[in-house]
Amino acid sequence: MSRIDAALGDLRSLEALAARDTALARLDARAKVVATLAFVVTVVSFDRYAVAALLPLAFFPLALAIQGELPAKPLLRKLLLAAPFAVMVGLFNPLLDRAPMLAFGDASVSAGWVSFASILVRFALTVGAALVLVAGTGMNTLCVALTRLGVPQVMTAQLLFLFRYAFVLGAEAARTSTARELRSSGRAMALAAYGPMLGHLLLRAFERAQRIHMAMLARGFDGELRSLRTLRWSTRDTVFVLGWSAFFLLVRLVDLPQWAGRALLGASP
Amino acid sequence: MSHHILEAQGLSFAYPDGTPALNDVSCRFVHGESVGIVGANGAGKSTLLLHLNGLLIAQTGVVRVGDLPVTAATRAQVHRTVGFVFQDADDQLFMPTVEEDVAFGPLNMGLPADEVQARVRASLEAVDSLPLAARAPYRLSGGEKRAVAIAGVLAMSPSILVLDEPSAGLDPAARRRLIALLRSFSHTKVIATHDLDLVLDVCSRVLVLHQGRVQADGPPARIFGDATLLARCHLEPPLSFAPPAP
Repeated sequence: MSRIDAALGDLRSLEALAARDTALARLDARAKVVATLAFVVTVVSFDRYAVAALLPLAFFPLALAIQGELPAKPLLRKLLLAAPFAVMVGLFNPLLDRAPMLAFGDASVSAGWVSFASILVRFALTVGAALVLVAGTGMNTLCVALTRLGVPQVMTAQLLFLFRYAFVLGAEAARTSTARELRSSGRAMALAAYGPMLGHLLLRAFERAQRIHMAMLARGFDGELRSLRTLRWSTRDTVFVLGWSAFFLLVRLVDLPQWAGRALLGASP
Repeated sequence: MSHHILEAQGLSFAYPDGTPALNDVSCRFVHGESVGIVGANGAGKSTLLLHLNGLLIAQTGVVRVGDLPVTAATRAQVHRTVGFVFQDADDQLFMPTVEEDVAFGPLNMGLPADEVQARVRASLEAVDSLPLAARAPYRLSGGEKRAVAIAGVLAMSPSILVLDEPSAGLDPAARRRLIALLRSFSHTKVIATHDLDLVLDVCSRVLVLHQGRVQADGPPARIFGDATLLARCHLEPPLSFAPPAP
């Protein structure tokens, strides 16, 4: 199996996870979207040097992953796949912000390293929560929920098609790659050959996308997104949103790790 | 008016690059008929089918479903009446699970949830694929994909089924099951195919297309017994065809 095929299979596994009947899947998708949005806002609202104070928020994606019976390994793999972007964003912080901030005996840690760590924690929390949301809801239902929450249909349809088009493009790329490998005798491809190959790839993917669109039209698609999972808001969803919002507020207002540390040190003789 | 009658009159079509695909094609398919459309590659079979379902609109001539002319304005109504099964099942199966894919059409028809569920179940049962409901379409075999693609169309309860190369890529057992399935449907069926043995098994009438024109229209025995016609249209008689004794 080529690396492209493996990556596609990995992406598809998210959809397969969402199709299962779990406690998380049974929640109204809008409740999950609203709670995740509140979570993201809470995470980004912290001071840029906050690290330990953010850690209790990890409870949200972890609890949802357990509720959705989501396997940790594939989700962590996807998280690691996106990690280089976060590293790139914070890479220069230790170089630009050298003021000492923490001291451990004679050694000190600069503010730049602390803010870099904060970026990595925020990335892990927000991207982790987004992955759990997709794996526990499914892209189609998620886009329907976003539409019902007032996001313009043209945007949610684009989001869904972008997700689907990634599979089409990936499948065509895998075929092209296999065909090239079979005739390359192990030689690397010349740089000049990449241009025409990419052109062909885009044209083939475009034609395939057109056929898929035709198949959608033939089955009555009119631009409106619909889902087999009926969105029905119940008391359980209200409790879900309010409960998590209260937790986020608590974490934002009270530095729980610091409070716990003080409580422990105060309790010790 | 019967929505089971499908008709094309003086239909011509050329693709945007100028390639002519259909040239003054006229044909009529009546209630309950099974018609095979045969012809060499590029003869215009798929293009004709796309017109019958309203996915392409006639540039010249007219296509009618019953009394309803197929136009951009009537396309949605046409899709409900004429179900289209695509050549490549992978193009048709784009939802994450079989169940969601089969539900795609009924949901777009605006049916209530319980009706959608009932149709999904009934159509998967009709193609003997109910156990596949929770599976991801990309993990199915070619024969299973084809059956699910047909279920997705059946779930919309069309009066007419239009199938483009339904047996392409199927192994002999899957092909045999498909033929049995097609024979079990009472719908009006229009089947474009290179599989002339399938036509012989399923269809009561054959339409021969060559270079975008109708070359012949008649019962399989007459069409497949005409060696000159078949040679002219780059076709060969089906292997299972036994010419009637003189």
